[in-house]
Amino acid sequence: MSELLLDMQSLIGGYGGNDILKGASLTVAHNEIVVIVGPNGAGKSTLMKSAFGLVKIRQGAVVFQGESITNMRPDLVVRRGMSFVPQEKNVFPSLTVQENLEMGAYLRKDGGAARQMERIFEIFPRLKERRKQAAGSMSGGERQMVAMGRALMLDPKLILLDEPTAGLSPLFIEQTFERIVEINKLGIGVLMVEQNAKQALEIAHRGYVLAMGRNRFEDTGAGLLANREIAEMFLGG
Amino acid sequence: MDVTDLLQLAIYGVVLGSILTLGAIGVSLLFGILRFSNFAHGDIMTLGAYAAFAVVSILHTPVWLALPVGMIAGALVAVAADQLVYRRLRRTQPVILLISSFGMALIIRSLVQLIWGPQDRSFIKGIDMPMHFGDLMVSPQQLWILGGTIVIVIAVHLFLTRTRMGKAMRAMSDNMDLARVTGIDAEKVIIWTWALGGALAAAAGVFLALDTRLTPMMGWSALLPIFAAAILGGFGKPYGAIVGGMIIGVASEMSTAVLPPAYKPATAFAVMVIMLVVRPNGLLGARR
Amino acid sequence: MSIDLSGLASYGVFLLTLAAIYGVVSLALNVQWGMTGLFNIGIAGFYAIGAYCAAIVTTPPSPSHLGGLGLPFGVGLLVAMAVSGLVAFLVGLLTLKLREDYLAIATIGISEIIRLVLKNEDWIGNGVRGIAGIARPLSANPLVYLAVVLLVLAATYLAVERARKSPWGRVLRALRENELGAQAAGKNIYRFRMEAFVLGSMIMGLGGALYAHFIGFVSPEAFEPVFATFLVWVMLIAGGSGNNKGAVLGAFVIWLVWSGTELLTNQLPADYVTQGSALRVLLIGVLLQVILLRRPEGLLPEERPHVGASPASSAEAEDEA
Ligand SMILES: Nc1ncnc2c1ncn2[C@@H]1O[C@H](COP(=O)(O)OP(=O)(O)O)[C@@H](O)[C@H]1O
Ligand SMILES: [Mg+2]
Repeated sequence: MSELLLDMQSLIGGYGGNDILKGASLTVAHNEIVVIVGPNGAGKSTLMKSAFGLVKIRQGAVVFQGESITNMRPDLVVRRGMSFVPQEKNVFPSLTVQENLEMGAYLRKDGGAARQMERIFEIFPRLKERRKQAAGSMSGGERQMVAMGRALMLDPKLILLDEPTAGLSPLFIEQTFERIVEINKLGIGVLMVEQNAKQALEIAHRGYVLAMGRNRFEDTGAGLLANREIAEMFLGG
Repeated sequence: MDVTDLLQLAIYGVVLGSILTLGAIGVSLLFGILRFSNFAHGDIMTLGAYAAFAVVSILHTPVWLALPVGMIAGALVAVAADQLVYRRLRRTQPVILLISSFGMALIIRSLVQLIWGPQDRSFIKGIDMPMHFGDLMVSPQQLWILGGTIVIVIAVHLFLTRTRMGKAMRAMSDNMDLARVTGIDAEKVIIWTWALGGALAAAAGVFLALDTRLTPMMGWSALLPIFAAAILGGFGKPYGAIVGGMIIGVASEMSTAVLPPAYKPATAFAVMVIMLVVRPNGLLGARR
Repeated sequence: MSIDLSGLASYGVFLLTLAAIYGVVSLALNVQWGMTGLFNIGIAGFYAIGAYCAAIVTTPPSPSHLGGLGLPFGVGLLVAMAVSGLVAFLVGLLTLKLREDYLAIATIGISEIIRLVLKNEDWIGNGVRGIAGIARPLSANPLVYLAVVLLVLAATYLAVERARKSPWGRVLRALRENELGAQAAGKNIYRFRMEAFVLGSMIMGLGGALYAHFIGFVSPEAFEPVFATFLVWVMLIAGGSGNNKGAVLGAFVIWLVWSGTELLTNQLPADYVTQGSALRVLLIGVLLQVILLRRPEGLLPEERPHVGASPASSAEAEDEA
């Protein structure tokens, strides 16, 4: 087993005085695709936000590449090589596609932004065609591409995707999962929350089932898919 | 009242509109990012105008050379107010910031009065002859104001669309949380936004003083039409502020054709209220 | 040095009377801001309406302005409250459904328009020359008037405090703290906000009327409108917004501080004396920022109701509920 990229240890925390996470733990190794599934309101989004200092962690620790990033400012987390695509409102609507990508490289000082943008255009050719268009005027699927492209601009080690296929048509869902596999092949770890659990678990190395702010099951993607109890409870039969 | 008179009023309106535009862009930018209406904006205008006035009266430079000094002064005061007070209040309710900025307005105004005295001042000594175009009159100052505004607005546009910091400001205005997880240093962008807003306010103040006179109350009196312009343009949308500024400016001047000139601010207010009732998201804000 | 004891006493009465009038206005602002969260920075406008109404209603007939109707003091107060309330209702109709900063801007606008109208429409209040000869009730003796003002302050306090503790006041607080929750409970937010805005403005008008009878003269520039508004805000915040005792305490404390700064600036060299008022405004402005940064809850913080308690049993409920 390779060294861990991300290690979230028994997190307790939430918004204001209200704890949403009640001891959730999770790990992602180098080059892994890890999927979190679970019912609405389970705290999946909250767990992701907690890795970026957007949710106050009262107890537990978040360790990224051996360094504690618990409650660290978001820009400092990003600087360390972890990117985030939030569940909704994940593009800057009044900025063009190209400007969205440029913002993704805001922290980049090495002048590699232009090269990285070309690589992203290879993964998402559609974005190249539309690069002068305002992101807010694009379809849901295209916006999701912009959001992922933006998150890849710093060449992260790990990318967190919160429901990247929500609201997309079946064709787009299929394509999005293909892109995610492609991104993973570039050597980037992927941690994603998914409602289309079956398809997501098919491409995942491992998966977690989260409920009531705690992880209930953990197994390989195939293992979770094969588990009938879980399939009935969380994967819609 | 014939067509010439109305055209003449329209020209005055565009000049006033230029001044309001510069103020409203700053208000709008700040609102877009901090979600807070800065009631000290008018008094930053006043301070910028007086700072430029100090340069003109001590070094005897032309006004256009003193303008950048005034703008720097406006930027510094705006950033100082933020760093000393507003920054520490940002985590509380936004309304507390409103009260604080109201207090800041009075602090700046009384400082201006302490330094430069309560009496009126003027950039121009004597009377400059207006230029005639047919039956229409334009003073050289008004041409300077118009030209200066056009240059500054273009510069702001280039800044917002071509520079990293400008794009980051637009990004923050779109979505603060996303900007932060994108890696944008929010504090730094906020400081630059204050600097830009303060500098634009100061330019507006210098132009207002060129068009009229310097008084410690000049900026506060302009605050209402500036807010009206910003609201008309859709608060938080700097480009809308240009449209809003022009509409309020022209409407205010045109109203003097039927109402006593003293009611100009009332016209701005009336336009704003109608707007708020009919289209609360601003002229450009309704389409989404 | 000729400190004349009777002079000192009459200065004291003067200070106390004005402090009490400010206390009334501070209570009014507490209804709007402290209890409801409505941001009104056009206090001076409603204050001016009250002052002019009192002048017009109670002075003897005059060709130079509207009225006077020569009616008694009490009628003047009622009219002052009614007209202020009516104007507030109109402003509220247009702005209370909008965001809070729009209300704030609208209130600046309305007070500016009121000032412009009073200044330019000579027929209403004799323009910039103003209306003089507004008599005090009962007797010209300032001590008697102080008693009247204190009586009105006490009555206002009791009324506002009663409103705060009533179910109506509880709804206001609920609306302020968690608008969505209260909306879910089926409350008509707009109506409650309107009631609080109108009530607060009526009391501001009352304060203006008391002021007119005290000074005996009103004009558009008789009180610096922006500054008067600001001072009331500092009073409420220093005293403790949401707390009626705090509102009154803040008015007295800040009024004494404000008057004290005058003694201070009077010591300045003659050249600077004209600048004294600017220096005083500066001091009060800085004081506000310090309060907001160091003690935003004020001298007497708002008494929080116990969480989760029903109105009837709140007194016994536990904090940790
Ligand atoms: N910004 C917020 N403030 C307060 N509570 C929130 C916020 N966001 C989410 N919650 C609450 O946290 C819980 C978990 O939400 P979330 O993490 O979004 O769930 P999931 O992504 O698993 O559907 C829900 O009860 C939700 O109401
Ligand atoms: Mg979610």
